[in-house]
Formats: sequence, structure tokens, C-alpha cells
Amino acid sequence: MNISYAECTARERLARLCDTDSFHEWLPPSERLTSPHLAQLGVPSSFDDGVVIGRAQLDGHTVFVGAQEGGFMGGGVGEVHGAKLVGWLRRALRERPAGVVLLAESGGVRLHEANAGLIAVSEVMRAVLDVRAAGIPVIVLIGGANGCFGGMGLVARCADHLVISETGRLAMSGPEVIEASHGVDEFDSRDRALVWRTTGGRHRAESGDCDRLVDDDVAAFRAAAIDSLNASQPLTMASLEAEHALLAARLATTPLHP
Amino acid sequence: MDWPTLAHRLFGDAHHLVADGDFLHGHAEFDGQTITVLGTTNHAPIGVALALAQARGVLDTLRDHPGRPILLLVDTQGQQLRRRDEWMGINRAMAHLGCCIDLARRRGHRVLGLVYDQALSGGFLTSGLIADGCFALPEAEIRVMRLPAMARVTKLPEAMLAALSASNPVFAPGVENYVAMGGVRALWRDDLAVCLRAALADTPVTDTRAVDGAARGGRRLAAAVIERVLNAA
Repeated sequence: MNISYAECTARERLARLCDTDSFHEWLPPSERLTSPHLAQLGVPSSFDDGVVIGRAQLDGHTVFVGAQEGGFMGGGVGEVHGAKLVGWLRRALRERPAGVVLLAESGGVRLHEANAGLIAVSEVMRAVLDVRAAGIPVIVLIGGANGCFGGMGLVARCADHLVISETGRLAMSGPEVIEASHGVDEFDSRDRALVWRTTGGRHRAESGDCDRLVDDDVAAFRAAAIDSLNASQPLTMASLEAEHALLAARLATTPLHP
Repeated sequence: MDWPTLAHRLFGDAHHLVADGDFLHGHAEFDGQTITVLGTTNHAPIGVALALAQARGVLDTLRDHPGRPILLLVDTQGQQLRRRDEWMGINRAMAHLGCCIDLARRRGHRVLGLVYDQALSGGFLTSGLIADGCFALPEAEIRVMRLPAMARVTKLPEAMLAALSASNPVFAPGVENYVAMGGVRALWRDDLAVCLRAALADTPVTDTRAVDGAARGGRRLAAAVIERVLNAA
């Protein structure tokens, strides 16, 4: 039976993505680790600060898995949320799992913790690149309703493998932000077709910005993640020159109003 | 500070730094070695084109001048907010710049960032914030978003955010707060050449920002949470 990835919570995704009952969580909600910054603002907090991290088996391989909860502040990265991801990535350097699988769903920096969130995202980015440089593949899955935006859109493109569904979105700034800045003629955020053909999963897969397009189905994401294990793609001069050539050609051939 | 003044205070006349639109690039002689200088000016919005121009500069340095230090001069209003850039995958182009800088660090290039005017959000993540160390001038401004926009997005009263900005480093835009939180290693004052010399000699290649933030009292949780994850049963 098809189980919609988009409709699952972060914890439901992990439970169904990993081998049965194999997920072991670090700093679970029972440790009651919350953001002090949100409390100060009178904003409700969450005992996992919107991110679940741990170790699991995936098709019999030991992997590190982490998932952002889009239902809590859009998956925004604050001080605690970011530090959990950084600790998890640094631990991967020590334990060398067969892969690090991040179920990304985030609007980027959590504005309620603006400065701390911005620094945290940059720490996550460096930690991802450290794991990748160590030859451990970093696999990012994108299929949540909130998409993967802002700094997390940068983190995603620092990974070895990127998997997206047609209901997933990957971008930097959301349509509403662009519309607020440059007007409705620049980007009409209510034009759903325009939004999808600018940031949606199919567009990202067709342009090669994501490696794989899968159905909105947890089993399809699981299969894609398994396929990406043990397939490290280290960054080299040659790979960066190839990436540069691709992006330069894209810039040169993109019309003013694609 | 405008970039010609900055360049003069860092290098005297011994620099070949030019502005190509908003793109700053060139090299300078410093203490008998050559330094690649890359960056932006005019509060540039960083779009695909500017990200690629900077990435090209990093790749050329990697290929032609192994080991040469790289100084990134930061003045940006943040990422380019245009549909065309999003369609092209601005996040991919910016991440590419970040990956080029990261490879330079791994191959032994000392990479330093200097916020000399302003740094906002996304444009900053793949320049100064991914360098070995990021520094700032005292009069520089670093923030994620201006308060009116932040109030709109968070649906919190602007007056409340303004009050928090006065006392809480998590909100306040001042560069001193970024130093306290560990995001900026130090402010460069007075003789900027002395500051650059010290930074070239003494910047760790590992990411110490969470520990720095805890030691300086501006970011109390990050380092402890990282340790808890590393030691969790």
C-alpha cells in the first residue's frame, strides 16, 4: 500500500524508511531539550526542537538518519535544532556509518532565533562537507509539504545524493518572499503552476538539480536511499570544474523570463 | 568603509583589486606572499552570476596558485530575490561557491572572510561563514533580516523584536553579538594589516564556533548540545 511521504510526520517517515524497529534516537523528547529562545518570545516549543536524529539499519546497513519536522515552525533551524544536526554529523565521522540520510523539510533559518540560526546553518553546512570529504555518502531526501528552502536549500546541494518527489520543493527564497520584495509581476505566489515549474520536484529532477525523482511514497524514498548507500562522490577539482561548466552554460542559455 | 579605502588600509598600494560591477576581484602582495582577493561591493544581491564569478576566482586560484591564501570581502544585502535565479537553482550555484571554498580549505589554502560593510542571510552563508574564519569591521552590519520583515514573517510585534534586539544577541544585528556567538572570530580595528597578519597566522582550520560562542557567553547551548549528541547512549 502506498503511504504518502508528504503526509507523514518526521517520526513516521523514519519508522517506515528504516528497517523495522531499528531506529535508535539520540536526545529524544524524554530528555526535554527545548529552545530557550522560543520560551522567551512566548512561542510554544517542542521537546525535540523539530528535529529527530539517531542511528538505524537500512536494508541491513548501519546508517545515521535524521528528520526535520515541518509541522513544528516549518522545520526552521534554531540553535538547538542546528546543534543536534551538527553533533549527529560529527558523530558520523567517528562511527563511519554506510551513509548519512537527512530527511530535510525546512524553511531555513528559524527567524525567532535569527542570528543563532544563521550560524547554526553554516555549522551544519561545514559538518556535511566534512562527512562527505571523509567518504561517507550524505543522502538528502526532500518530499515534505514545506519543501527545503533557505540555508537548508544550500545544505541539500552540499550532499552526495539528492532525492525528491513531485510534491517536494527545493529552492532558496520562497515565492512569497520574492513577491514581497519585487512585486507580483516578478513572482505571483498564488500562481501554483508557476510555483511548481520554478521550484517543484519535477523541474529540479529534469534540470539535474536532484539525482532522482520518486513517487510520493515512503517505500520509494527508502528504495532510493538504499541505492545511494556506499556511493560516495567526493568533491575534486575535476568534479567542481564540471559543476561550474554546467552552471555557467545554464546561466548563458536561460532566457530572462524562463 | 568603501572597498578602495579598505584595500589601501590592508595593502597600501600593493594591490591589484578591481570592481567589475558588483564583483570585486584581484590579488595583493602581503608580507612577501600573494593573496587572492574576491568579494562583492555596493551591498550586492548575490545571484547565480555573482556566485559563479566568485567560484571561478576560487577555482582559478586552486588550479594556478596552490596554497595561496584567499581573502573574501563581504558586502551583500543577501541572496538575489528573483524568479529567474530561483528557476536556475540559485541554491545550487551558491552551494557550488561554498563547495569551491571548502575544497580550497582542504587543500591547504588559508581562507578568511571579512565583512567590511554589510552581510545578510543567504549571501553570507557561502562566503565569510564557510571560510576558516570570518572577521568584521566594527562599523559593519550582520543580520538575517530587517526587523519589519522579521515581524511580518514571525507574526510577532516589531516593538517586541526591537526590545529584544537591544539586549539579546540572538536578535540584535550588531557585529559584537556575532563575535559573542562565535560566528565572527574577532573585529578588525585600527591597523588592519596587523589584524590580517594575525588572522593568517592564527586561524584554526576546524570549526570552533560553537565552543567560541559558549566561552564568550553569547551562544550558551550549541556546544553543549553537540557534546550530548556525541556522548549519547
